[in-house]
Amino acid sequence: MTKKQHDTPNLDQLEGGPWPSFVTGIKRLAEDNDMAVDLLGQLETSYQTKKGYWKGGTVGVRGYGGGIIPRFTELKDEDGKPVFPAAAEFHTLRVMPPAGMHYDTKTMRQLCDIWEKHGSGLIALHGQSGDIMFQGADTDSVQAAFDELNEAGFDLGGAGPAVRTGMSCVGASRCEHSCANEQKIHRSLVNNFLDDMHRPSLPYKMKFKVSGCPNDCMNSIHRSDFSVIGTWRDDIKVDQTEVINFVNERGRKYTIDNVVSRCPTNALSLNDDDTLDIDNRNCVRCMHCINVMTKALSPGDDKGITLLIGGKRTLKIGDTMGTVIKPFMKMETEEHYEALVEIAENVVDFFAENALEHERTGEMIERIGLVNFLEGIEIDVDPNMISTPRQSSYVRMDTWAEEAEKWEEKKSAES
Amino acid sequence: MAEQPRMPIESGVPDPMPLMHPTMVANFGNWKYHDRPRPGVLHHVSHSGDEIWTVRAGTQRQMDIHTIRLLCDVADEFADGHIRFTIRSNIEYMVADESKVAPLVEKLTTSGFPVGGTGNSVTMIAHTQGWLHCDIPGTDASGVVKALMDELHDEFINERMPNRVHMTTSCCQINCGGQGDIAINIQHTKPPTIDHSLVANACERPTVVARCPVAAIRPAMVDGRPSLEVDEKKCMCCGACYPPCPPMQINDPEHSKLAIWVGGKHSNARSKPMFHKLVAADIPNNPPRWTEAADVVKKILRCYQQDAKDWERMGDWIERIGWPRFFELTELPFTKFHIDDWRGSRHSLNSSTHIRF
Repeated sequence: MTKKQHDTPNLDQLEGGPWPSFVTGIKRLAEDNDMAVDLLGQLETSYQTKKGYWKGGTVGVRGYGGGIIPRFTELKDEDGKPVFPAAAEFHTLRVMPPAGMHYDTKTMRQLCDIWEKHGSGLIALHGQSGDIMFQGADTDSVQAAFDELNEAGFDLGGAGPAVRTGMSCVGASRCEHSCANEQKIHRSLVNNFLDDMHRPSLPYKMKFKVSGCPNDCMNSIHRSDFSVIGTWRDDIKVDQTEVINFVNERGRKYTIDNVVSRCPTNALSLNDDDTLDIDNRNCVRCMHCINVMTKALSPGDDKGITLLIGGKRTLKIGDTMGTVIKPFMKMETEEHYEALVEIAENVVDFFAENALEHERTGEMIERIGLVNFLEGIEIDVDPNMISTPRQSSYVRMDTWAEEAEKWEEKKSAES
Repeated sequence: MAEQPRMPIESGVPDPMPLMHPTMVANFGNWKYHDRPRPGVLHHVSHSGDEIWTVRAGTQRQMDIHTIRLLCDVADEFADGHIRFTIRSNIEYMVADESKVAPLVEKLTTSGFPVGGTGNSVTMIAHTQGWLHCDIPGTDASGVVKALMDELHDEFINERMPNRVHMTTSCCQINCGGQGDIAINIQHTKPPTIDHSLVANACERPTVVARCPVAAIRPAMVDGRPSLEVDEKKCMCCGACYPPCPPMQINDPEHSKLAIWVGGKHSNARSKPMFHKLVAADIPNNPPRWTEAADVVKKILRCYQQDAKDWERMGDWIERIGWPRFFELTELPFTKFHIDDWRGSRHSLNSSTHIRF
């Protein structure tokens, strides 16, 4: 027998309007699910008092130290009993989706069936870290829910001071801008660190995100500690016939105003015959012209990745963007993937040993300086790592000759 | 001997290839170009000559299994049983047959899922958990987003902005929603209220002291019990102490306000990635429809739509016209709080005579 639904005058106002309503969805669950009934009761209370009522705790599954987000209600009556007992425990299982968030309906229905059996029936697709969030299981159901999800081929994601669930864009599966196999990079990186994901013991979180081109649809430069972005070294590929078609269709003024003059390094010029001239040595691979002229322009053939380290949001020192540590790496052979994973291992090891408690990689680098970090992970300095050289003379430089010699040796080794 | 408990299969990130639409598998890494036949529909063409149409629709993100099963029914009927999700919780259906596009769009629309979110639209708002599930929320997330997307529905199903608009919301200053062309984030305005009777048992005090960005927290004895005190002259009300020490309550129904930030972007296109900047604050946290916040957002969007040039993101537009003009056009007050004083803030000051009159 399902509980009677609570009055929810505030939440009811989120049922109208053209956008799909999560309230309507939870009410539908509440027709035969007491947990959903009481979830609405607690949420309505939050809407009335403008306060949150969940607290954390410790809930897990056998063999893992993280991946479950415990939630216990703090909304108690005078006797200390939960006001909404059926939702007094409302834990989330963070589960890693297939890379690129592809599903077939058979798999998705299976996930729904498991969650109907063991949980509230509420699933967020997806959380900000990229997890499938199975929201709302009581403590006793968490293990059984996980066991079935795990047997279905799914594994818990990260929580706490651990390697977190990664993300990769649709990439090579449907996008002509893709310069890498995003899913393979994503899986090679994250699946190499499952111990650091499932048994949290790092100073703080460590996120990997992979975008196949500099449009960075996965927001990896700012939202991940370890950002992998597809790029290319050779010339932009131009189909001049399509350039002429574009100019004919959109007009010369549009092409000059919206393609040529929007190039951040003035590397584009429209020729008198309406073909495009590109100064490829000064192209910074920003993607703008390729985004606008999708038929005429595309990334070159000598593809690979750029690595940036240290993106994060506000706490504690303020926002940081990731910054370049590898301007270019090829990503074709198994050895290339191994080289990438090795850099990631060096980064995670250095982070584990040197970051302070609750300090992100970007904050650690801010504290110790990029050069100390680079020395720790054994990567040579490169002028692509900076926007400008040092502006302050407050530095001791008595080993300049040695450092200059390293640079010369590297140059001659490359040539 | 007792039965051994089941141990996890540490399988990691699942391989998407077996789940992917067959046309995507067949043309993996071999796509040539794309265009957008209408808002909400992408058309990709492969070097092999294969084509695929993607129909994108908005969802409520926090979905009940009945809604997900309905979305699966649509996929089974029109899209060969395959779906994918975008980073902004939009669902995508892929079809290899153009004749299926119109009926699929019709089916999604009549089922209550707006088709759009492509190109120069206002796409779905990236958001957090809020009162529904977070342990430290100052406001709700799904509700704010539902209310806002109702208001912005026409901009989701059309592509009539100068460039794409990515919005985010966050229910605390940690800002899990991330950077956005427009970000609506909680901004606390009063120091935490401390329940000294609970601190000693609930909080690891050195951790809490270390967590404060401005060193405003120090250990103290209060009423004979070890606790923590806050130097309220130093405190800038960020709430960083609250997660490690729940008795330091930062959320306040009255004084936790909403602030609006604009001009963030992740893409490297044209300009380098940018952080969003503060433009409005002291907006009441007013469930269930948050109309005051929606009004400011709509006003900013209107100015951007009218004044920005094609392909300028919000941040590109403001860099071209300058911040004084932004405040003039949007009629938002400029205050002393807009002038940054955090580390590195001198880079945000105008050290030139570049001034528009």
